[in-house]
Amino acid sequence: MVDLAKTYDVLVVGGGNAALCAAITAREKGASVLILEHAPKPFRGGNSRHTRNLRCMHTEPTEVLTEAYLEEEYWDDLMRVTNGVTDERLARMAIRGSNGVGRWMEARGVRFQPSLGGTLNLSRTNAFFLGGGKALVNAYYATAERLGVEVLYETEVLDLEIDKGVFQWATVSCQGGEPVKVRAKTVVAASGGFQANLEWLKEYWGEAADNFIIRGTPYNKGRMLRNLLDKGATPVGDPRQCHAVAIDARAPQFDGGIVTRLDCVPFSIVVDKNAQRFYDEGEDFWPKRYAIWGRLVAQQPDQIAYAIIDSKAVTLFMPSVFPAVQADSIGELAAKLGLDTQALENTVAQYNAAVRPGNFDNSILDNCATEGLTPPKTHWARRIDEAPYYAYPLRPGITFTYLGVKVDEQARVVMEGGKPAKNIFATGEIMAGNVLGKGYLAGLGMTIGTVFGRIAGEEAAKNANH
Amino acid sequence: MRTTEALVDARSAMEICNACRYCEGYCAVFPAMELRRTFSNGDLSYLANLCHNCRGCYYSCQYAPPHEFQINLPKTFAELRAETYEEYAWPRPLARLFHRNGLVVSLITAIGIALIMIGTMLLQSNDVLFARHQGEGAFYAVIPHNVMVALGGATFGYAIIALIMGFLNFWRDAGGKMAELKPQSLRQAFADALTLRYLGGSKGEGCAYPDEAFSNARRVYHHFMFYGFMLAFAATAVATIYDYVFGWVAPYGYFSLPVILGTLGGIGLLIGPAGLLWLKAKSDKTPAPASLMGMDVAFLVLLFMTSLTGLVLLAFRETAAMGILLAIHLGFVLSLFVVLPYSKFVHGLYRTGALLRHAMERKH
Ligand SMILES: Cc1cc2nc3c(=O)[nH]c(=O)nc-3n(C[C@H](O)[C@H](O)[C@H](O)COP(=O)(O)OP(=O)(O)OC[C@H]3O[C@@H](n4cnc5c(N)ncnc54)[C@H](O)[C@@H]3O)c2cc1C
Ligand code: SF4
Ligand code: SF4
Repeated sequence: MVDLAKTYDVLVVGGGNAALCAAITAREKGASVLILEHAPKPFRGGNSRHTRNLRCMHTEPTEVLTEAYLEEEYWDDLMRVTNGVTDERLARMAIRGSNGVGRWMEARGVRFQPSLGGTLNLSRTNAFFLGGGKALVNAYYATAERLGVEVLYETEVLDLEIDKGVFQWATVSCQGGEPVKVRAKTVVAASGGFQANLEWLKEYWGEAADNFIIRGTPYNKGRMLRNLLDKGATPVGDPRQCHAVAIDARAPQFDGGIVTRLDCVPFSIVVDKNAQRFYDEGEDFWPKRYAIWGRLVAQQPDQIAYAIIDSKAVTLFMPSVFPAVQADSIGELAAKLGLDTQALENTVAQYNAAVRPGNFDNSILDNCATEGLTPPKTHWARRIDEAPYYAYPLRPGITFTYLGVKVDEQARVVMEGGKPAKNIFATGEIMAGNVLGKGYLAGLGMTIGTVFGRIAGEEAAKNANH
Repeated sequence: MRTTEALVDARSAMEICNACRYCEGYCAVFPAMELRRTFSNGDLSYLANLCHNCRGCYYSCQYAPPHEFQINLPKTFAELRAETYEEYAWPRPLARLFHRNGLVVSLITAIGIALIMIGTMLLQSNDVLFARHQGEGAFYAVIPHNVMVALGGATFGYAIIALIMGFLNFWRDAGGKMAELKPQSLRQAFADALTLRYLGGSKGEGCAYPDEAFSNARRVYHHFMFYGFMLAFAATAVATIYDYVFGWVAPYGYFSLPVILGTLGGIGLLIGPAGLLWLKAKSDKTPAPASLMGMDVAFLVLLFMTSLTGLVLLAFRETAAMGILLAIHLGFVLSLFVVLPYSKFVHGLYRTGALLRHAMERKH
């Protein structure tokens, strides 16, 4: 039974992957552990419940990973996406820590699947969770409870009392009730980013943020992050940046997850609400471009765009959750989308006229391009002329934010003046900016949370026992 | 398959799953789904019967209720499956028997037993019915040989025909083409069905049944039930050969082949259904439609009772109770035959058909 009067060894704020890895490790080291999760039980697990895989270094093929993925290649990949905005020591710890981490995870109930399909071929670098992130989170909760970790759902941590860099107690609210104090010898902040906090996003994006869709949990409002920064934690990561992809505009405001993504852009033309094109849809392969389209759409009036294809393109991309808007003519399609009919017909006609003949091949950067069109479409450009026509509405979908707290190699939060806090640790998205200062590397978020979760759990348990 | 609410639900669920695919390692449904972008009614009937209701995808679905997408595949597919049983039932007018199937199965069984009992009492005087009969032909002193053969043959023959017709209806609708049938697909499908491969999960860890933790309990009990059924069937087949080929007349000795097979089968048919009922009782009810509980329970109870009455008959066959016990057991057996095509039993056929269809489409 949870006893809020007692002093726990380790208090874990958050209930996603990073929190669970920390809690399980600390408990295995003998500490008493309390997890405080803001979400109700059915929605526990933060953004982790929407994930699918983690990126693992490995020196030889395993049951779930093909070939090898060595430290240097992993590091090069990280350097490429971050342009060097990373802390090399921490980054290499994450990389090395991922080597063989699958066995640790399996021993705690997580199961992996041999990669079967999908559009992304990641089976060399990424291990896929059987059943996805929610299955992983369920397995960890079951293990944690079996070990005697205590969990309170619907419990928000409002404030951490920190005195001269030393954590004293947390003020929490259970089920929206009166704030109460919870005492612990150490605290692990694993409460994710602030992407679900629209007010905070507005500080950088203005009113446009009202039209953003949050792909994951509504509970990552960054309350702990702000609290720690206000109390002197050193920030890392650009506060204005977030990982944004173009997703189906009909997605729910929160928690739409993976199914709302749209992979049709390279085979389409994308127009804004005035039916005008604004960017080269065929610039590069989609996995290399999808992360810029969130930003592109966010910059358009009313943060809305429409990808338009004809029946030649329908089967070229992964199906998505909502059916396309369908019409027998471009004019009818415009009417259904609420766009100016004439304007869309003109845009399509101009585009069709600019398409040069080529050999269409979606497996390479082919030679199907436009000529004399601004902006151009440089690959996979084919005339849009075979009815029925289809359209998908797009909005920016925010995956996570980059701002976080700086940590040292023991996952201790670094305070003002560069001194690590004695008993405050951080893991997961809230400190991911130390490693991934910029860009995106699929599966790295879960790797960081797992590796630093284990480190934070171990160090916190050690700290509490002294 | 006609368009129903359950079918529309299944279609929208499949469209969401096809955009997600996180569960592709759990069972055959997902690889089959990934071969398609749109789902015809026949496709959905096929997929519903390919789902073996392991619930793995329900617990791991980030879109399960209370999420607004409300994905609950085991429940959606179970509802649709029940409708497919009705859809393909032969002859058509009897499809109605799948409505409130638990009640129907119980009623038919009760009537079956009553008819046999009343028939026996009308045919035989109390002296004969309540006398001890021993040795060759003892059973036939109570119920004459030709009557037993006629009743058994007629009901069993009818069941076989109705089952075959139902299967063919399913097979055609699910898009199966006999011309494309290859021996290796057949081998694969039968191996999958006979080993209950998918009930073992992806690596033998079992299913998320009766609760979220993975367990092989259902697979084990199902094996007891299925192989118990097959042994009991084998016992009958051997006894028929004894009777017609060798002219050896029942009852056979305790250590004769038919009695050994029948006893082992009977024990399997006690352990299996009882275990499955026990698991069902303590199972998480959210991934299952409450309306279908009756069908499952009635059939399990019927199997259990058929076996139990058979074993009791064996135990007391040399006493004066034999006559009544025989009538009761025969009542259960004949009722079982009659309800087979209109009970949960059909899932075995349609599921094997779905596995076969899957094995065939995986080949190309
Ligand atoms: C759709 C989608 C797919 C993704 N796929 C992948 C993938 O395949 N691989 C990968 O590596 N990464 C993926 N990511 C990124 C990944 O989700 C994150 O990197 C990772 O989940 C971070 O884990 P975490 O434990 O730090 O945060 P989270 O899992 O988000 O957990 C944060 C927790 O903190 C709780 N919380 C927040 N504030 C408070 C408070 N004040 N009090 C109490 N509790 C609080 C929340 O309720 C939540 O439980 C994906 C993200 C999304 C949105
Ligand atoms: S059941 Fe849920 S998690 Fe599994 S594939 Fe379908 S939508 Fe995805
Ligand atoms: S319940 Fe099991 S068998 Fe049915 S679709 Fe889900 S994972 Fe597959």
